[in-house]
Amino acid sequence: MKVLIPSALRSYTERSQAEAQGATLAALLLDLDRQYAGIRFRMVDEQDRIRRHIRIFVNGVQAGDLAQPLKENDEIIIVQALSGG
Amino acid sequence: MATPKKPAARKPFAAKRRTIVFVATRKGAWLFHGDAARKTWKTDGPHFLGHVISHMVLDPRDGKTLLAAAKTGHLGPTVFRSVDMGKTWKEAAQPPAFTKEAEGEKGRSVDHTFWLTPGPASEPDVWYAGTSPQGLFRSTDGGINWKPFSSINDDPQFREWMGSAQDGTPDGPKLHSVIIDPRDSRHLYIGMSGGGVHESTDGGRTWKTLLKGLDVVEGFGFDPAQPTFHDPHCIRLCPSNPDRLYQQNHCGIYRLDRPSDTWIRIGKSMPKKVGDIGFPMVVHPRDDDTAWVFPMDGSGVWPRTSPDGKPAVYGTRNGGKTWQRMDSGMPARQAWWTVKRQAMSADSAASVGLYFGTTSGELWLSRDEGKRWACIARNLPEIYAVETATL
Repeated sequence: MKVLIPSALRSYTERSQAEAQGATLAALLLDLDRQYAGIRFRMVDEQDRIRRHIRIFVNGVQAGDLAQPLKENDEIIIVQALSGG
Repeated sequence: MATPKKPAARKPFAAKRRTIVFVATRKGAWLFHGDAARKTWKTDGPHFLGHVISHMVLDPRDGKTLLAAAKTGHLGPTVFRSVDMGKTWKEAAQPPAFTKEAEGEKGRSVDHTFWLTPGPASEPDVWYAGTSPQGLFRSTDGGINWKPFSSINDDPQFREWMGSAQDGTPDGPKLHSVIIDPRDSRHLYIGMSGGGVHESTDGGRTWKTLLKGLDVVEGFGFDPAQPTFHDPHCIRLCPSNPDRLYQQNHCGIYRLDRPSDTWIRIGKSMPKKVGDIGFPMVVHPRDDDTAWVFPMDGSGVWPRTSPDGKPAVYGTRNGGKTWQRMDSGMPARQAWWTVKRQAMSADSAASVGLYFGTTSGELWLSRDEGKRWACIARNLPEIYAVETATL
């Protein structure tokens, strides 16, 4: 499925859009990490929590955790929250 | 502990060797390449523009492995590695990360790697890392993969001493000053802000506290035997005498001569109006009686500025019995910057070069062990760390 990548993570993907698969958000991020090593840990910590300034939307709705099921044609958008100065 | 056995003092480097200064900042990293005389400097950077770089260290064992501890405000932490002096960088395959807790438990996550220490000469690819919140990690492959020290990171007693995020420094509690005894790779020291000073003689399997003689934060009758109340800012081991350590603490400047386990507050001989509070401490590469500090204002609400807006290095040539103010070339007044704990270091030239980076983004150099100072770079972001290498 299509994954839109924020600018802060394009050093990994080198483009704004990637393709990844998974029955859950957790599986999708693991697939993304297989393709772009290191990208997952910048978004998800070692306790499998989505990091504080990262938001992941599935078909426009914010995902609460990594257990969220996904369907084949879902669109995933990863954004960095606006904060700081 | 074994009877002190002095290692051969490092020889001053030959005239034609060049110095590189590695500057880590809140917004990226820079390398400054100096000529043999340390008179002209070529700027290389920024590297990682926009990333918070807490520390950047060149491996003195191979002269080419360069590690940088990085994070951004929005992304998780990582460690970058270069073997071509920063021309290209590759991310660690497994950056420092705490052990995952069981489902339902609230585990810790590394906010940033704060401190990097290359291992001893006898262990060529070993590195240590200290993190925020406090954690100790080790790599055995030159910084590519990092594993946690469970003896600290998961130990209930250490966790109690560390406290919560509210108990740490304003930028988060930190494990720092990871020191390896050059005579014995199993003999380690660490500092925790807060959480005190600790020592291991079995490679980090077990630890004991090293707190005797240290004053306690704020006084108030807190038990000085409790690590929770201690805040070492920077600990240094003398390369010419590994049985001598110096420490800049939240509560003064100290010296420890092993095998004693009692720190002596040598900062009491600092001028009263300046005090002995600060962050960095630097030791001479060949003379264990010589060390330098950069005092800051730790009064009242802790402004963390140069005392009275008059920055100065203070140096001792006699193990802390007396201190000399060294501010020639620095602003005489109205300079309210200070120097963080990793942002001051020395090279190993015959006339030792001292370097410090300021919270206002200036890089300063003395080519004569602190007598005269010159600013060699301005307008950088807030400087977090300054390290040097001679090649």
